[in-house]
Amino acid sequence: MGQRRRNWHLWAGFLLCLLGVVSYFFLFYRWPVTRDVPWVNFLILAAGLGFLISGLRRAFGQSQDFKGKIAGPILGILSLAAVGFFCFLIFYATKQLPKSAGAPKVGQKAPEFVLKDENNKEVSLASLLAAPLPNSSTPPKGLFLIFYRGYW
Amino acid sequence: MPEIQQLGVRAVAISVDSPEQSRDLCKKAGFTFEFLSDPNTTAIRAYDLLHVGAGAEGHDVARPGEFLVDSNGIVRWANLTEDFRVRARAEQFIAQAKQLK
Repeated sequence: MGQRRRNWHLWAGFLLCLLGVVSYFFLFYRWPVTRDVPWVNFLILAAGLGFLISGLRRAFGQSQDFKGKIAGPILGILSLAAVGFFCFLIFYATKQLPKSAGAPKVGQKAPEFVLKDENNKEVSLASLLAAPLPNSSTPPKGLFLIFYRGYW
Repeated sequence: MPEIQQLGVRAVAISVDSPEQSRDLCKKAGFTFEFLSDPNTTAIRAYDLLHVGAGAEGHDVARPGEFLVDSNGIVRWANLTEDFRVRARAEQFIAQAKQLK
């Protein structure tokens, strides 16, 4: 029995699957073009799964030439878990938002409110519409209200 | 968003964060728009954007939502994302601000 070769396709596949998940949070989340639809990450994950399949075929189909009968299934399951976690986040978890059916609709009056600004000063919707913008003497044409989750 | 201001539209961000947290965020990110603090979620509930228990330690927070209100207080544009990874983009805000008379 000859010397069996290292099955690097298995390891490359596993590392690409990890990279495909982790890089979303550390890199591709920053830009809307790669965040809204994580196509770069899907490409990396597809490449990773391709290498894994190739590595598993080598391990079990050409087992006289290649190692990996034990490492292969373990790396395969870990990789599938990483891909599954990513798909769960992208296709399910981040879509769990309230319906907000009662939110004001186009043409309706925007509900009034009184809140404190970053200088602890009370401002209302009416005052925001009446007060001139910085570097201006006239009130604004309109107002963007941007509700966000915050860092609680 | 300095372009928004140049188009004569004010941009205001609202969250449950305290005024201090918002001020720190402003400084750090160099934001030019105003931040309002809604720790009791009164405005967030008035706009039906409450996301119960979705914040850290189970705090109630706002789900993302963007509105353009004209000078008469009428909503001219509303954007309620169905996925909190997907937000309105700067180009959308600018396009909406340009349409406002």
